[in-house]
Amino acid sequence: MELVSPGIGLIFWMTLSFGIVLFILKKFAWKPIMQSLKDREATIDDALNQANKAREEMKQLHFDNEKLLKEAKEERNAILKDARKVRDSVIEESKLKANEEANRIVESAKESIQNEKMAAITDLKNQIASLSIDIAEKILKQELSEDKKQEDYIKKLMDEVNIN
Amino acid sequence: MINTDRSKQMRMMRNLILSFLIVVNTSILASNANTEHAEPEKSEYNAGEAIIGHIVDSYYWHIMDVGEKPIAIPLPVILVDEGKLFVFSSAKFHHGHESYKGFEIAHDGPNKNKIIKVNRDAHTEQQLPLDLSITKNVTAIFLSLIFICIIFISVAKSYKKRLGKTPKGLQSFIEPLIIFIRDDIAKSSIGEKKHEKFMPFLLTVFFFILINNLLGLIPFFPGGANVTGNVSVTLVLALFTFVITTINANKNYWVHIVNTPGVPWWLKFPVPLMPIVEIIGIFTKPFVLMVRLFANITAGHIIILGFMSLIFIFGNMSVGLGYGISVVSVAFAIFMGLLELLVAFIQAYVFTLLSALYFGMATEEHH
Repeated sequence: MELVSPGIGLIFWMTLSFGIVLFILKKFAWKPIMQSLKDREATIDDALNQANKAREEMKQLHFDNEKLLKEAKEERNAILKDARKVRDSVIEESKLKANEEANRIVESAKESIQNEKMAAITDLKNQIASLSIDIAEKILKQELSEDKKQEDYIKKLMDEVNIN
Repeated sequence: MINTDRSKQMRMMRNLILSFLIVVNTSILASNANTEHAEPEKSEYNAGEAIIGHIVDSYYWHIMDVGEKPIAIPLPVILVDEGKLFVFSSAKFHHGHESYKGFEIAHDGPNKNKIIKVNRDAHTEQQLPLDLSITKNVTAIFLSLIFICIIFISVAKSYKKRLGKTPKGLQSFIEPLIIFIRDDIAKSSIGEKKHEKFMPFLLTVFFFILINNLLGLIPFFPGGANVTGNVSVTLVLALFTFVITTINANKNYWVHIVNTPGVPWWLKFPVPLMPIVEIIGIFTKPFVLMVRLFANITAGHIIILGFMSLIFIFGNMSVGLGYGISVVSVAFAIFMGLLELLVAFIQAYVFTLLSALYFGMATEEHH
């Protein structure tokens, strides 16, 4: 019976001492221990989170760089394309202008040629006329050098007029 | 010449041991061999008595027997009787052979090994004073609690000193246990939010049981006291759990007891069967805690002591047989000792886990 019957003295001392030690440990041992464990875990968590964040940021940065590079490339291409377009249009325009100019020059040349030609023809005409008159004069002079011939000719002319 | 030398040496040795024990704040009690020399014949070895004697509480801290003389640390006896306080050393009882100030240690009867008032008339009932003596178990409790305080306050100091750094030394030995109790016992049974409130008790109870279990396995001073295998100690521990559970119980817990959900109505009305079962359950839970720890530790001690007793039982038959059986006994005792080491941890764990589960039940919110 002694083994299983609780003793009042032992219960008293056990309750008292255990209660006191529970209080002491709670205040001076468990509180600081639990607190510093918690703090340390928080620190570790924080450090891990920050590392993750940094990694994420690095990734983002890398991504941004790539994006920037891509954009730059695109812009370069666009600029090149624009430049090509401008160049082409400039060439086209100048070609057109040159053609026009050429045409104009040709036209004016033609015109002046025409004018020259007309002038030449007129001149030629005038010269031919004068030459023909000269020749006619000379022929007439030759033909009408004798009186008889002159009379024949006049007669002939008279005849012609009379008939008419 | 040689003989006198030897006896001189023996005397010197004994003086050494004596002075050592006196230094350890004790006075040595050697039972007076001259008194009552009435029984010359060798007493029969009584295994049951020897085993129980090792397990139960005592007014002395018995260390060993030198020849016929027991060497024991006498402990203070504190008695309250008829409004008067009596404080004296248990050495005054001379190992139960004498009475002092009208008190003596009962040798038989229902109060065997307890202090009773001296009563010459055998027919009247034995009278017990209020016994608040610092017995062997009380001393062991004090020692272990001082030990626990020193360990954990120093660990707490090293936590403060090494703030945010990795644990070192004793701290790194204790820390996994603390984290185990916090994460695997408290957090999983009580919950993330409320577990912090119960941590001081769970940690204290775990380390108290563990250290006393381990000290109980050490066969000599300052171990050897069967603290966690004493029903009074486990009763107090279970009472702490019970009180904390009851104080922290929320409305949901009481509703659960009075009107258990998910149970057919006819189990609650007109005969409140379920409420009665639940109310009994409030008390059986700590009761089971008390009995489990007490029975496990005591059983372990009884088995080891039983193996040891075998040596003396067979030794009484013949010396050779005693030596022969001692090999087997020691082998079994070593095996049991290792098993007890495991049990020391398991029982500390189980007590803490069940306490945490009860706290968890008491604080659980309605879903």
